[in-house]
Amino acid sequence: MADKMELKSVEVWDGNMASAQALRQSQVDVVAAYPITPSTPIVENYAGFLANGYIDGEYVMVESEHAAMSGCIGASAAGGRVATATSSQGFALMVETLYQASGMRLPIVLHVVNRALAAPLNVNGDHSDMYLGRDSGWIQLDTFTPQEAYDMGLCAFKIGEDHDIRLPVMVHQDGFISSHTAQNINPLSDDDAYAFVGEFQPMNAMLDFEKPATYGTQTEEDWHFEHKARQHNDLMTKVFPKIEEVFAEFEAKTGRKYKLVEDYYMEDAEVVIVAMGTTVETAKLTARIIREQEGIKAGVIGLRVVRPFPFEKLADLLKDVKAIGAMDRSSPNGTVGMLYNEIAGVMAGTAEMNAVMTNYIYGLGGRDMTVEMLKGIFRELNENAKAGKRLGAIQRFINVRGPELSFLGK
Amino acid sequence: MAEQKKIKNLKSFSTTADRFEGANLLCPGCAHSIIVREVLNATNDDLVLSAATGCLEVSTAVYPYTSWDASWIHIGFENAATAVAGAEAMHKALKRKGRLLQPDRNPKFVAFGGDGASYDIGFQWISGAFERGHDMMYVTLDNEVYANTGGQSSGATPIGASTTTTPAGRVSYGQKRQKKDMLAIMAAHGSPYVAQVAPNKWKDMTKKIQKGFAAEGPVYINAMSACTTEWKFPMQDTIAVSDLATDSLMFPLYEIVNGTEYNITYRPKNIIPVRDYLAVQGRYKHLFKPENAHIIEKLQADVDAKWEYLQRREEARV
Repeated sequence: MADKMELKSVEVWDGNMASAQALRQSQVDVVAAYPITPSTPIVENYAGFLANGYIDGEYVMVESEHAAMSGCIGASAAGGRVATATSSQGFALMVETLYQASGMRLPIVLHVVNRALAAPLNVNGDHSDMYLGRDSGWIQLDTFTPQEAYDMGLCAFKIGEDHDIRLPVMVHQDGFISSHTAQNINPLSDDDAYAFVGEFQPMNAMLDFEKPATYGTQTEEDWHFEHKARQHNDLMTKVFPKIEEVFAEFEAKTGRKYKLVEDYYMEDAEVVIVAMGTTVETAKLTARIIREQEGIKAGVIGLRVVRPFPFEKLADLLKDVKAIGAMDRSSPNGTVGMLYNEIAGVMAGTAEMNAVMTNYIYGLGGRDMTVEMLKGIFRELNENAKAGKRLGAIQRFINVRGPELSFLGK
Repeated sequence: MAEQKKIKNLKSFSTTADRFEGANLLCPGCAHSIIVREVLNATNDDLVLSAATGCLEVSTAVYPYTSWDASWIHIGFENAATAVAGAEAMHKALKRKGRLLQPDRNPKFVAFGGDGASYDIGFQWISGAFERGHDMMYVTLDNEVYANTGGQSSGATPIGASTTTTPAGRVSYGQKRQKKDMLAIMAAHGSPYVAQVAPNKWKDMTKKIQKGFAAEGPVYINAMSACTTEWKFPMQDTIAVSDLATDSLMFPLYEIVNGTEYNITYRPKNIIPVRDYLAVQGRYKHLFKPENAHIIEKLQADVDAKWEYLQRREEARV
């Protein structure tokens, strides 16, 4: 039996420690992992817990991220709670196995500390790895603060492991800005956290020798489509209600309320920034300031759930808005950013929406996004709102050297 | 400790409980199914199996069917070793936590991969699993070619073999690269038991598999799997060709215990020339042209040298 850790009601943890503690408290059976900046401290912290008697599960330090997820898949199919952590190039190396994990409906939890993708090599935070995973069939939860990384770290198991869901879950946080920034965290006690997450309930376990299971079959044109369609159907119809149920239970336990889409100052907002990660926090602050100082009716939307994409929630929140800034922290490499693209899809399917939208590409490779820059974006959106049309190009790059970069219009 | 199965003769072997069904899509005459049955039949214990993408995988788990009456997983081409290693780690964790569904069982963890999955694309994953010391067995079904995808050369393809990516032609005698010595490499990982087996020598094979199951830690088995399709011989001749392979010493049968102790487990009464083994296979047909005579000579010299090496290592006991 692993020792319990006495935690204070307020701990000072960075995002990586928050994630590691959520793993420890969930009593994960197998962690198979490989270190990579900036998620390395998650597996280092976990190794420290193990070395001091706080873990009684298996910790398998493998030789690559591909092997980390491969080991997680084998362990999960065997029948138990499984998790790991990675970033960036490691995430990219895992991509093949991400599809295999979700296709076999294995509820693995993966903490992704978001980081840029080479070339050029860069260790800092942007959302390139998160975007790379968006078609992989996983549930993707996004966090904006270390506290949320901890909270979602507990919720993730409860969502993915439910027998109606049985899907793997990523918990995202921004490299360095969240992962290495110490903040006050309110943790649950070990007992309360485990009581919330619950004991793992096996399903089709390979270690059930009375009922041997075959995992990872071959399907061609006769059956492949049905498997993918069922997985998508479950993502589209079952996951949101389950997340909301888990969030309600979490709120009852902690008082901390989470939603599929987080919204700030949206009651009367006319100009809205839609963002992910730590930028949501900066945008929240900026909206408050610019409302007070300049009277701009600014609002902020932060995606808590990236996949499945909360299409209907966004339609509801954005239907009376006049101008939208879709903030993408990943190089779009030849088209509009993912958020712009998705929100454009929401608009196309929502008759009452008639906002003008601009796509801002920002923060690549850890480049700062400051309050002043966000003020500039709100002002620009406000001009668009007043004019009733977009005054500049669809896509603009923010805070990059050289002449202003904008695409698709002037 | 593995529960040793008593198999006295081929009749008792053929009637023993079968956890690998005859209902599969492997080619008639494929040695894979013989080897897999011999491995599975060597123990009465429960099994957790994995297979790399390849002939065995595509032929035995085509949805909605399965040929496996044992727990089985396929993830990808390169990671069969890690799939089983992950399951083995889960078994350890649940045992420690007292959460095993059937705590009295003593399961064996076995990964199967072709030579492409083992010698080439999955090499790193096998190496990692062996370095970590999982209690598992990795079996390479070595047919010396990427057979599932139509016969491309692999790191196990012998010099002189014609494959679709090293075809014999007007100016080429086929594969020009040396076959990788996987047994020595795996022994160098500190594996407690490494062995080469062949399905025609089924008693030798059963004994080695049982030794492997009895050993603690990662065990490596290289199983010669004569391939009727890519070696190009008639499908009813699988065992006859396998006999030529072991009697010519192209596939010497031996084991390496604890990394250094070599034991030769089969000494042919009459060692036959390598050319007799080559002559029955379409993949070596071009070697019998006069201009390629030196390749047959080289193959014979390599086999002689290896046999000499194995005997000296066996004598040395270090």
